Amino acid sequence: MVERYAIAPGAPGNASRDQSRPDAIFKWLTAGCSMVVILIMAGILFELVRNSGMALKEFGFSFLTSDAWNPGMGEFGAASSVYGTLVSTAIAMVIAVPLSIIIAVFLVEVARPRVSRFIGGAIELLAAVPSIIYGMWGLFVFAALMQNHVQPFLGNRLGALPLFQGPPMGIGMLTAGLILALMVLPFITAVTRDVLMMVPPVLKESAHGVGSTMWEAVRFVSLKYGRRGIVGAVFLGFGRALGETMAVTFVIGNSHRISASLFSAGNTIASSLANEFNEASEPIYLSSLFALALVLFGITLAFQTIAHHWVARMQRIEAGDR
Amino acid sequence: MQPRSRTHRRAADATIRVIMVPAALIGIAVLAWILWEVIVRGVGAITPAFFTELPTPPGMEGGGLGNAILGTALMTLAATVLGAPIGLLAGIFLAEFGPSSRIATAVRFTTNLLMGTPSIIIGIFVYAILVLPIGHFSGWAGAAALATLILPVVMRTTEDMLNLVPDELRESGLALGAPRWRVTLGIIFRAAKTGLVTGVLLAVARVSGETAPLLFTALNSFYWPQSFGEPTANLTVTIFNYAMSPYSDWQQKAWGASLLITVSVLVVAVLARFVIKDRKGRAA
Repeated sequence: MVERYAIAPGAPGNASRDQSRPDAIFKWLTAGCSMVVILIMAGILFELVRNSGMALKEFGFSFLTSDAWNPGMGEFGAASSVYGTLVSTAIAMVIAVPLSIIIAVFLVEVARPRVSRFIGGAIELLAAVPSIIYGMWGLFVFAALMQNHVQPFLGNRLGALPLFQGPPMGIGMLTAGLILALMVLPFITAVTRDVLMMVPPVLKESAHGVGSTMWEAVRFVSLKYGRRGIVGAVFLGFGRALGETMAVTFVIGNSHRISASLFSAGNTIASSLANEFNEASEPIYLSSLFALALVLFGITLAFQTIAHHWVARMQRIEAGDR
Repeated sequence: MQPRSRTHRRAADATIRVIMVPAALIGIAVLAWILWEVIVRGVGAITPAFFTELPTPPGMEGGGLGNAILGTALMTLAATVLGAPIGLLAGIFLAEFGPSSRIATAVRFTTNLLMGTPSIIIGIFVYAILVLPIGHFSGWAGAAALATLILPVVMRTTEDMLNLVPDELRESGLALGAPRWRVTLGIIFRAAKTGLVTGVLLAVARVSGETAPLLFTALNSFYWPQSFGEPTANLTVTIFNYAMSPYSDWQQKAWGASLLITVSVLVVAVLARFVIKDRKGRAA
């Protein structure tokens, strides 16, 4: 990156004094505004830790491992919410990642420009639909499809697996995971498409020149060239799925029980917060919900930091390669 | 790479090509399906009363969501007034003063973290600082939560848009003897105006459909918003409450509200994307 201004403010021989003072004020004003984000992040961490203190003191480390959640008895544990968060996110990623990459390859390598623009535009709009709309659609439309067709089908074919046992209720872990997949799909597709479009044509042409098929050129050249951007996109989608609230709250069924079956109702950290935060009357209940929020915040922070460093490391390794 | 037969390689290629088309159609089909359901189920609720009247008690027909529409509009406006100027100035710092400084790098990283923070966590944070100490939910808390979501998005788009302005413009301005703040606000901002406005609009469109950050801050209300010092009605929390209610009239209103939100968010998103694409195309 080029340094924008070759001459430092207030440097001798540069602007006169009365010109550099407003400039210094301007610079500090903008710097101060940009500090606001750091203040907010620090504030979030501080407030979550402070308010969850009571629960963490009471339950200690077992808060993370216990799956008890009995507000009446004053027993709280995060395990069922953490489990639900990770499982629903995993379902979403298993479906959305390959699908997004295939769609992106189609848009860049196969489709005609007009078709590509049309489908690409539709997928970008899908990203703009608010999550509560996915929730409404999921609960009133998609859940019925799951109950009447998808779940009976899976139960009949794969019912031997514990994953697909139980009555088809429409709502539940699987439905939540599928809705999440639809929600992260546009993000991963859009970034992957942009990454694939930036692959230098000469690389692709070389692959085709030695006789590669379209898929081989994509797999061994384009995807490899753009893997850093694609990994970044996948992380972005993962982060969104972890914290998505409203769509999941509508369709997951809100039960604090860990169940092997993906048909049964579950919960995620975000859905528990959305459902119970305003009902928490006891201080220990509220504190436990703060602790739950702290766990979610911790997971997303850790995850994003790892993603950031991983992508940076890939960049360094690639720079070393060339 | 293992050498493989020509038929095998051709077959792999053909398989992928066959999978691609239905995969790509899923994207369009889901969008069309969601829009279809929202329109078909919601259009019946859209009457003049829907925009002008207060909600009726549960089980009673009629009434509207005028208070929630006004509340959402006012809180979004307040959030924009709070969040966008700070975001613009912070974006100036990142693009103009610190492309590679250590502080800017830290700010950029933190901005990404804040953008990746689930919006429900923002709601809980604002609850802890503005609702818990004061003792009641308020429109100001809702606006603050939305502003917190707007801020990082505006920062990022501002930085991107300012980076598209050619350095020659900055140098010409400085060469004329103009101080930096005038170059930035008078020349660079003017050159990037459309992009900046679009960035703010996109951020506003995104938060106007947010529900999670309002659940514990603005809450909801059955009355017209009188002041931001009390719980303030809004469309998204109303959708959540009404959809979960057993009354078919309320569920219908929830669909009507969904239609209103979806249409307004998508219209802004389409316009904004159109303008941003156009600008990037010209700058390149």
